[in-house]
Formats: sequence, C-alpha cells, structure tokens
Amino acid sequence: MAKATFDQMEYYDPQQIAAVSHRPPAGGWMDTPVEFRPGTWIYPGKAKHLEYLGLPNPRDWAVTDEDWKLPDNWKEIVLKGIRERLDKYRSFKVFMDVCVRCGACADKCHFFIGGGDPKNMPVLRAELLRSVYRNDFTTAGKILGRLAGGRKLTIDVIKEWFYYFFQCTECRRCSVFCPYGIDTAEITMMARELLGLLGIYVNWVIEPVANCFRTGNHLGIQPHGLKDTLEFFAEDIEEATGVKVDIPLNKKGADILFVTPSGDFLADPGTFTCMGYMLLFHELGLNYTWSTYASEGGNFGLFTSAETIKRLNAKLYAEAKRLGVKWILGGECGHMWRVVHQYMDTVNGPADFLEVPRSPITGTVFENARSTKVVHIAEFTADLIKHGKLKLDPSRNDHIRVTFHDSCNPARAMGLFEEPRYILRHVCNNFYEMPENTIREQTFCCGGGAGLGTDENMEMRLRGGMPRGMAVRHVQEKYDVNQLCAICAIDRATLVTVCDFWAPGVKVTGLHELVANAMVFEGENERKLNLRLEPVDELREEAGNA
Amino acid sequence: MKAAVSLIVVLALVVLAYLGTGLGQAGFIFGIVLPYLALAVFLVGFVSRVLGWARSPVPFRIPTTCGQQKSLRWIKHDRLENPFTAWQVIGRMLLEVLFFRSLFRNTRMEMHQGKMTHGPSKWLWLGAIVFHYSMLVVLLRHLRLFTEPVPFFVGWIEAADGFLQIGVPVLYLTSLGLLAGLGYLLLRRLFIAQVRYISLLNDYFPLWLLLGIGSTGFLLRHFVKTDLVSIKSLTLGLISFSPQLPEGVHWLFYAHLLLVCTLFAYFPFSKLMHLGGVFLSPTRNLASNNRAVRHVNPWDYPVKVHTYEEYEDDFRDKMVAAGIPVEKQPQPAAAAEKE
Ligand code: SF4
Ligand code: SF4
Repeated sequence: MAKATFDQMEYYDPQQIAAVSHRPPAGGWMDTPVEFRPGTWIYPGKAKHLEYLGLPNPRDWAVTDEDWKLPDNWKEIVLKGIRERLDKYRSFKVFMDVCVRCGACADKCHFFIGGGDPKNMPVLRAELLRSVYRNDFTTAGKILGRLAGGRKLTIDVIKEWFYYFFQCTECRRCSVFCPYGIDTAEITMMARELLGLLGIYVNWVIEPVANCFRTGNHLGIQPHGLKDTLEFFAEDIEEATGVKVDIPLNKKGADILFVTPSGDFLADPGTFTCMGYMLLFHELGLNYTWSTYASEGGNFGLFTSAETIKRLNAKLYAEAKRLGVKWILGGECGHMWRVVHQYMDTVNGPADFLEVPRSPITGTVFENARSTKVVHIAEFTADLIKHGKLKLDPSRNDHIRVTFHDSCNPARAMGLFEEPRYILRHVCNNFYEMPENTIREQTFCCGGGAGLGTDENMEMRLRGGMPRGMAVRHVQEKYDVNQLCAICAIDRATLVTVCDFWAPGVKVTGLHELVANAMVFEGENERKLNLRLEPVDELREEAGNA
Repeated sequence: MKAAVSLIVVLALVVLAYLGTGLGQAGFIFGIVLPYLALAVFLVGFVSRVLGWARSPVPFRIPTTCGQQKSLRWIKHDRLENPFTAWQVIGRMLLEVLFFRSLFRNTRMEMHQGKMTHGPSKWLWLGAIVFHYSMLVVLLRHLRLFTEPVPFFVGWIEAADGFLQIGVPVLYLTSLGLLAGLGYLLLRRLFIAQVRYISLLNDYFPLWLLLGIGSTGFLLRHFVKTDLVSIKSLTLGLISFSPQLPEGVHWLFYAHLLLVCTLFAYFPFSKLMHLGGVFLSPTRNLASNNRAVRHVNPWDYPVKVHTYEEYEDDFRDKMVAAGIPVEKQPQPAAAAEKE
C-alpha cells in the first residue's frame, strides 16, 4: 500500500494526536504569526464559482502564496465592512464589547481541546477580530492602541483570520457556557463575510454554493440524475424489503414537499436514511413529492453570508408555491435546521400561501411551525409513533447497540432533543447515552461542520473530532456500542472518519435508516437483508459473539 | 507585565490622592470636582453605550437553546432553557442575571490516561457570585452616606451583614467577600496559564482598581476610623448639589474616593459594560419560537435568486427526456434543430 498522505486519516496516529498540550506558548498571541501546516487549512474558492455567483475579486490563488491578490483598497473594504456590520447586527456590536475574558469558553471548543492552539479558544478566536475592532472603532483603542488591546489590521491579520475562522465549525458550544451568551459562531460568520468582501472563500463551501444556485443542490445533481438516484434506491429497497416504492418527483398537487440534504443522495450511510424516508412515506401512503429544483435542504450559505443564505434558501418556498403543496417536511440535517428554524421565515417569508402543518395521518397540528410551515421529520415521526401509526419491530435492530449524537444545530439552535430519542427508543432495544456533558446542549461537534469537512483539512478534523470520538469510545468500551446515530448529513459523512479514527468498529447511521429497518411493511418479504443489503442473520451472530 | 503596569497605575492614583490631600490642599478637586466629573462621564457614557447597542437592530432571532424545544404536546418543554414566550424569556434572563446560570454550567476538560472527562467546575461561578453580590451589598450599605434619613432596609442589611459581631466597628461579611472574590479572580488570571494568555491590561486594571477601592474602604472603616460625620456632610452635600468641604477628613478617604471616581469614569469604556450588555445579548434575551412567530429583519433587501423558470430553462430537455414534468414544453424549433 502506498504511504498515506496528509489528507488521509491513516497518516495520523491517535495516540500522538491525543497527546496534545494545552499550555500556551511563551510569546503573546498578537505577535505569533499563523503557520500554514498541511492538513489544517482548506483550499481557496476557485475563480469560476465566484464569477458564477457574482462575488467580488474572483481569481485563482493559493493559501501558501505570499501574495493573496487582494484588491488594493482591501483595508478600507474590511474596515467599512466592520462598520456596516456593527450597525446592522446588535449581536456583533454587543459581543465585540462585553467579553470579560474569563476563559469559561476556552476548553469548551473541540478545536482547542483536540488541537491545543490557544487561538482556537473561542475567546481568542473572537479577539482576533475584536483587537482590530478596538483599534479602529473604540475611543480607548484609537488613543492607546496596543495598551488598550488594539491591533492594527495587516495582511498577516487577514491570513490569520482565514486560518482560524475556518477552524470554527460554528457549533455554538462556547455560547452555551459564556455568561453573556457570546456566540463565537456569530463572530465567525461576520469574519467570513468580511473575508468574502475580499474574495477569500474556501472551495469546499463556495463550490457547493455555486452548485446549489444552479442545480438546486450542493452536489450539482441535475434533475435526471436525481431521478436515477431515487430509482436506484427504490431497486435496493425492493431487494431488501420486497416493497415497491414510488417516486413522486416535482408533483403538483402533493400535500407535502419533502426536502432533505443532498448528501443523502450520494454518500453512504446517508443514502440508507434516504431509503428510510422513501419507505416510511410509502407505507403511510403520504401524498408528498420530491423536487429536483428544491433538491437541497442544507444551505452552505450559512457558512458564507446572510445574503447567500437568502439566495439559496428562496427556492424552498418558491417550489412549495409552484407545486401548490400545503406545507414542507424537512429531513435529517444539522445546519439546514439552523437555517430553517432561525433564518428561513425572516429571509424568505412570510409563507402565507402555505397552511399550518397538520399531519394527514394523525391529525396533529404542528403549532410550533405555524408560521414557517416546515416540520422536522423527527417531530413528524415521533408523532406517528405516539399515535401508534407505525408497526415496529425493534428486535430487528437487536444486533445494533446504538448511541445518539446530538448534532450541533438542532441541539443549540432549536432544542430538538427528545423527539429523536423517543423514536430511537421505539426502534432499537439497545440505546445508550454518551456521558452527560457531551450530549444535548453540551454536545460536541463532529469537527467537520460549517464547511470544514474536506480531506485536505484532515488533521484539524481529527483533532476537532477528538472530544466526540472519545465520548463514543467511552460508550463503546462500557456498553459495546457499535453504532452511532446522527440526524445530520454532514455528521454522516464526517463522523465515519472520526469513529474510524477514535473508536474503530463503531459505524454511523441515520435515524430513519433504523426506523425503516424496524418497520413492518405491508407485503414485505422475509426481511433477510437490511437497507445496506447486509444479511441480518450474520450481523446478529457477529453481535452475539462480540 | 500587564498585571504590574495596571497595579502601578492604581498605586499611582493612591499616591496622587496623598499628594493632593495629605500634603497639599486640593480637597476641593478630589472631593468635589472629580466626583461630579466622574459621575457625569459615567452617566453619559453608560447611557450612550447602551443606546449605541440598542441602535443596531436584531436582524435574526438567534437564541442559543439549552433545553428541549416546545414542539409536540406530550414532550416536556424546557421553559427556562428554551423559552417560547416573553415571560419565559424573562425567567431565563433572571436566572442569567441573578444566578449566573451559564457560568454555573462550567465544566473542566481533563485527560487521564488517554480518557477525557468534562467534570463540573464551579469555582469561577462561586468567585463571581461572591464578588458580585458582595459588591451589591457594599453599594447598598453606602446608601447610609447618601441619605438622610437612612432608609430602613439599610439597617437590616447591615445587621444581617454584620451578624458575626466581630470587632468594633463590626466586621461585615461582604467586606471580606468582596476582597476574597476579587482576590480569587485576580489569582486565577495570574496563575491559570490559559487565562493569563488571553488577559489584557484592561482585564487586570479593573481588578486592581476594585481591590484598591475595597482595601482602602476596609482600612477606613477598621483602622483609620476617619470621622464619619464629616464624610457624610461631604457626600450629602454632593448629592444635594450644595457641595461643601468638611475639615479633618483623612487623606485615605480621598484616595478611596479617587479610585471610585476612576472606576466610574472608566466604566463606560471598558468591559465592565457587561453589566448592561448581558441584558442585550441576542442569544439569551429572545424567545426560540422562530417557526411559530415570524421575526422581521428591518434591513432586509431583495437578492438575486435562481428562479424555477431559469432552472427549467437550464435543464428542460433533460427533464423532458427523463419524464420529469415541466412548466413549458421545449420549443418545437429547438427540438427540430436537435434532430
Ligand atoms: S466565556 Fe464569554 S466572556 Fe468569558 S472569555 Fe469566553 S466569550 Fe469572553
Ligand atoms: S462555535 Fe464551536 S468551533 Fe466555533 S469557537 Fe465556538 S466552540 Fe469552537
């Protein structure tokens, strides 16, 4: 086998990474320039994507270049950008002013825990920007400069911003612990917008954004491609269960538009969750539709700018209106739910052409979604189970010993804790929680959210994934846990690597994969295969022997 | 270094007061001019700072949710950690402001033989609570100097605070609490490597300043035993805008007063503004009812989107070929051209 490279997991050694030191270096942080080590940063956005989206300063450049080819008046652009955002966001202004540097947030960030770089303490990440704010926007800073904690804006500062604001997954864990609720994710979002004004983006974010703008989804799947994919899933479903599901696509007059992250169309194990949805809806006889245009629930605009959130998300309501559906059902995704729950109605609403969501199966009215009109699939399914509308045989998942990973955004931007757990307890007999301070609102990030989940960033992903990985290993050792369930498409991509690295042997699954595997369908076959087309008997035996 | 510099500044202020009022005759400046000046700076600064924050709108409703959302009727909603109504938000804010709820959550990451734990860690919370509440009580006790007759509750507070009945005059618990809390906050800043690393001069300065205020106050009460009657004539004069300078006030009182003036004047320009900011933090003071009640962004503006029509124009032929319904059939001319 060829020797592994820095963008592969095998290149790294868990023991070495776990031996991280958290002692800060001797010199002050303002004087420590950033060092671009391979495996810890992300390739810049390609010119063609910026051009397509009409974003400033499209050009091809490399992070390791001395010259980042910024516009001549870059400084003026950034300072003006800061001014504008201070005037537009109370959050930004207050967060710039009130931090007392108590350090309570320091060891709450997975990147600091796993990496030890002091600039990954949320407080210092924010100070990278706050120091410039103090220097140029506060009286004390203007007069006293460095004495008042101010710092001049230089090209090196820009490079440092790029490095550290793309080492923040906008997970908001720090904000839970901060006595003033300072949300470093919010500061990261501002900083990324500022970098964007100079044409500094990462390709892992901006390519999906460009794709999404054109084809409706991040992966760039075209309409016929999506149809092929779903048909292919239907074949696998039939092989596994004997059930023939139909695939309503761009169907006018459906009751419900179903939207889910496109990752689940392409990458295992998300694909199995996607099959789970198809089976569930089929069994319910739900009058729903997929859309090729609104074929993305996720929104990498969240990792780009408020404007981009709006540009990408508009298609959801537009398509719901065109198809004449009553309401929207959203799939398992993390950052999608930050957008849907906290931004969508504001940026794209009001959705007065839709109806207050009501489950056609149970009659439950989802009052909590009466304005936005988007219901989370876990809310929908939990309600079904509560009303006894699903025939479930959880023993079909008996070979699975599962733990549940709260995804950052549904946890800390929504508070979706009990719904997925309720479902999980009804479809699995062996469910074990990870330690208390690593779940629910205190959940640890997968280390690859907010556009950081790319392979060239492998070292940071593994480091950032360490707290989560260690908690998984804990339940693996204690309870023989062999699967980790996550309701997020990014998780289903990145946690596979995190588990392989920190808790090898633990597989990643989605919630509705487990639901479908436990469901008893009308006209089903012997159910010898699960949705992964693995023979269930063999899995049972393996688990029994373990 | 930063700690030393800010300590020196505070000491210099004490020396200045000594020079001015111990040796010199500048009581008028230290006792009357500076207090008025400091108060004016404080009031104007504080108010304009808060107004400055309030002037910036809240475009998005972004609470950090720390408990179960309100969704299905049978799922228990965590009203205080994930508020849905204004009253619930008030509840959450009260917990935050009165009990430092978020700080109470604090954990400490530790590694033992390759195992990671995040155990509870309440020291910072305790130190902060002790300091802040002591400070509050000390402030209320000072009302005695600014009121005539003294409101009834001041006596109660003093009685409760001095229930140990140690010393003459009696030792107040909060005097100790104030100094102990500040001392803890200072020591952790000096000795916890990470906290030292993030600390700025403006983090040490207010600590030294408050320690200076606390210890001069303590000295004045228990050791110097300066004449309370003349001090009260000064403070009452100040508050009633008919200032008069009493005789025989110890210079240490002026040092105490100068440090207090410095604190007031410094306050609006410093991180101490967290006193006001905590009420305005959008991750805490908003209800997480986003999907039920629409939040309006005052500066919302139209953006360029990719409409369905444009999308269909891009992909119409492929959609038709795949049997996906379209709004507009392909142009026969275009179709013919293709053949
Ligand atoms: S917890 Fe909040 S106040 Fe304390 S250092 Fe972190 S961001 Fe600043
Ligand atoms: S939002 Fe998450 S990744 Fe970013 S600084 Fe806070 S804890 Fe770290």
